[in-house]
Amino acid sequence: MTAIDPLSGALAEPLAPPEPEPPVRDLTPRQWVRANLFSSPWNAALTVVSGLLVAWVVYRLARWVFVTADWEVVRVNLRLFMVGRFPDDQLWRLWVAGYIVAVTVGVALGATSVAMRPVADGGDTRAPAGDRRSLGRRVVGALHRFWPAVLAVVVILGFCQTWPPVVGTIGLVVAGVAAGMLGTRVPRRLRPWTWALVAAGLIAALQVTIAGEGGVGWDEWGGLHLAVAATVAGIALAFPLGLLLALGRRSSLPAIRLVSVGYIEAFRAVPLVTLLFLGGFMVGFLFPNTVEPPSFLVRAVIAITVFEAAYIAEIVRGGLQAVPHGQVEAAQAVGLSPVKVMRLVVLPQALRAVIPAMVGQFISLFKDTSLLTIIGFFELLEVANIVTQQPAFQGQGLRPVTLTFVGLIYWAGCSTMSRESQRLERRLGVGER
Amino acid sequence: MPDPTATRSRPPLWRDARALRVAFQVAVLAAVVGLVSYLFDNLRANDVELDFGFLDQQSGFPIAYTDHGPSDTVRDAVLTGLRNTLTVAVLGIVLTLILGTLLGIARLSDNWLVRRAAGAYVEIFRNVPPLLVIIFVNSLALATLPPIEEADEYLGLLVVSVAEIGVVAPRADGNGWAYAALLLAAVAAAVVLGRWRARIEERTGAPARRWLWSGGLIVVAAVGGYAALSAPVVLSRPEVEGLSITGGARMGLPFVATLVGLVLYTSSHVCEIVRGSIMAVPRGQTEAAGAIGLSSGQRLRHVVLPQAFRIATPPIINQCLNLTKNTSLGVAVAFAELMGVTNTVIGNGHPAIPAILVAMGLYLVVSLVVSLVANVVNHRLRLVER
Repeated sequence: MTAIDPLSGALAEPLAPPEPEPPVRDLTPRQWVRANLFSSPWNAALTVVSGLLVAWVVYRLARWVFVTADWEVVRVNLRLFMVGRFPDDQLWRLWVAGYIVAVTVGVALGATSVAMRPVADGGDTRAPAGDRRSLGRRVVGALHRFWPAVLAVVVILGFCQTWPPVVGTIGLVVAGVAAGMLGTRVPRRLRPWTWALVAAGLIAALQVTIAGEGGVGWDEWGGLHLAVAATVAGIALAFPLGLLLALGRRSSLPAIRLVSVGYIEAFRAVPLVTLLFLGGFMVGFLFPNTVEPPSFLVRAVIAITVFEAAYIAEIVRGGLQAVPHGQVEAAQAVGLSPVKVMRLVVLPQALRAVIPAMVGQFISLFKDTSLLTIIGFFELLEVANIVTQQPAFQGQGLRPVTLTFVGLIYWAGCSTMSRESQRLERRLGVGER
Repeated sequence: MPDPTATRSRPPLWRDARALRVAFQVAVLAAVVGLVSYLFDNLRANDVELDFGFLDQQSGFPIAYTDHGPSDTVRDAVLTGLRNTLTVAVLGIVLTLILGTLLGIARLSDNWLVRRAAGAYVEIFRNVPPLLVIIFVNSLALATLPPIEEADEYLGLLVVSVAEIGVVAPRADGNGWAYAALLLAAVAAAVVLGRWRARIEERTGAPARRWLWSGGLIVVAAVGGYAALSAPVVLSRPEVEGLSITGGARMGLPFVATLVGLVLYTSSHVCEIVRGSIMAVPRGQTEAAGAIGLSSGQRLRHVVLPQAFRIATPPIINQCLNLTKNTSLGVAVAFAELMGVTNTVIGNGHPAIPAILVAMGLYLVVSLVVSLVANVVNHRLRLVER
């Protein structure tokens, strides 16, 4: 038996080749306009009305973005938006941490993307050198694929007043892409371990940031850095708990099922805000009096974890239900123990099927980190609020401006991830088989 | 004849599957009970009593646009907050369903411009946090709306100012309750009438015009009742009087920001559900309907939409639940919904943990009631497959 890749799974089943696209008739611009905008009187009226509306909205928006809005408040405070009040002389720690994460995640994604390649495209092997697209076309393809993220990065770098961050960011992207290419060369046997590498990378990045003299503990983190860190910590901690709860809900043992169902339904029924408040007041009492009570960020992350685990459990349950029962029976027939049936047969298939839904959950958690503002963290929305109260920018009604900038960051992150998840969904053929 | 080796072949206790199952369950239950009791012991050791007596004390703060005053009890404040939450949730769900359905249809339009405009809306609002949308609406309104002295009026139907917003609203006048009861009775009668006409249609095969019959009954009752009860309902128009609005339905900016933000955000999700559900109806269904000679409108009304509706129901209910839970984000713009009130209660020195537990319990009840109703509806709507 070969090693089972937790992501690519033991599924030797070939993925169905995508259906050929229907032939597209080339239309002249005139024909296109007729067909798409003025095919009937009703359609023509719709075009005129909606055209006027769209034109008005676009005009107002463009005028506001490029003429009326004063972006100076963002330019001056760009660092607050990115990393909060992280000390100036310790910023190198974040850069090192960023490079570590970019490289390890790049390797893992590269390895995974090869494992996920549909059979029709040559399957689980590297494409032969002759088939490779030219570098230029690949760059254009990547720009098209990641344009929301690219747009956000360009805007952010446009607000930079010095060169080092620009160079550093470009280097970061290059390092990530290079690591991704390296990842496609990882031997098949080692591929599952690339995710262990990511875990090690995250721990290393955390150590680089907080350890040693001048290290910056997470209570002083802020801005986008805090949002990303809280998201990653939330998912990483909630996933094991959610997995256990999902297995518990499907268990044949009544007591286990009862506990799991109660947990899942109760925490899915209340808003995260209430849990964040409760966590702030109550988590401290889960520790004996002799121990220093955990910091507020730890409490918030615990609240997020408890909340997310319930949602992840439901996602994983969906994946578990999608594994045909014959798989379990076949695994039992070859004499695998219940634990091995789960670990080697059921979970690899179930987890593979839920990757797109997990990405969706990751997106929603990223959005939910904005709630940290409500309980007083120096999160993106809080930065957007506070900088408008600086003496230089006070009372000018600048919050729409700063909020637009924050919105762009959130939008770029969520949009990129959701496009990737849809792409993955198509590639995996989830829901088609 | 019993197997003489049966007793001997029984595995030892630590390898007996049945014993292990029981032991494992007991262990997990013990761990859960242990954790909870440890938590309670620790709370007690730190003099935090889970005492709900504060609910009967005076709240000490008023809630805008409600009857709640500082001398009323905390219980009353919390219930007022719950009512605000439910108001936003119900209004938000209605508006979201309307906007989301329109957008979903627009996304499937033949018209390129309409399709792409709806797509851009969805792309933007689906990918930002709902909290950001709410705060953005709030701060945009604060930055652009006129003060109350220079409030904008639109045809006497809508008055907009930064302090408050008034909308024209029907107001019961004298016989209002009798009129409401009459309308309710008319609707019930119309349902019965519609059933009866439908049965006739099934028996005879001739069109029985049940919508005409039921609708006619309601219209007759509405118009006749209005005349008979001497104008029981009047339209109350909002007007600026001094530093506030009189008449109509008055709303504070926090309420409007929460409502608008949630509707903008959630309708982008509903739009995608509507679009996906319509597209999920197999193409063959439309083609078959076309083959028996139905027009495109009939195909949509009798074949595609009923099936799409069934597909869309569970995820849309999920979105309604999400919207209800997201009303708690109103706390960020100082809207006095359940969580906002709880926050104020805690700020006024009442015990925090019991107060939050009360709020969580109420959210739990609301969510569970909504899911229960949703499950019943979903069960009744379910297509009985062959």
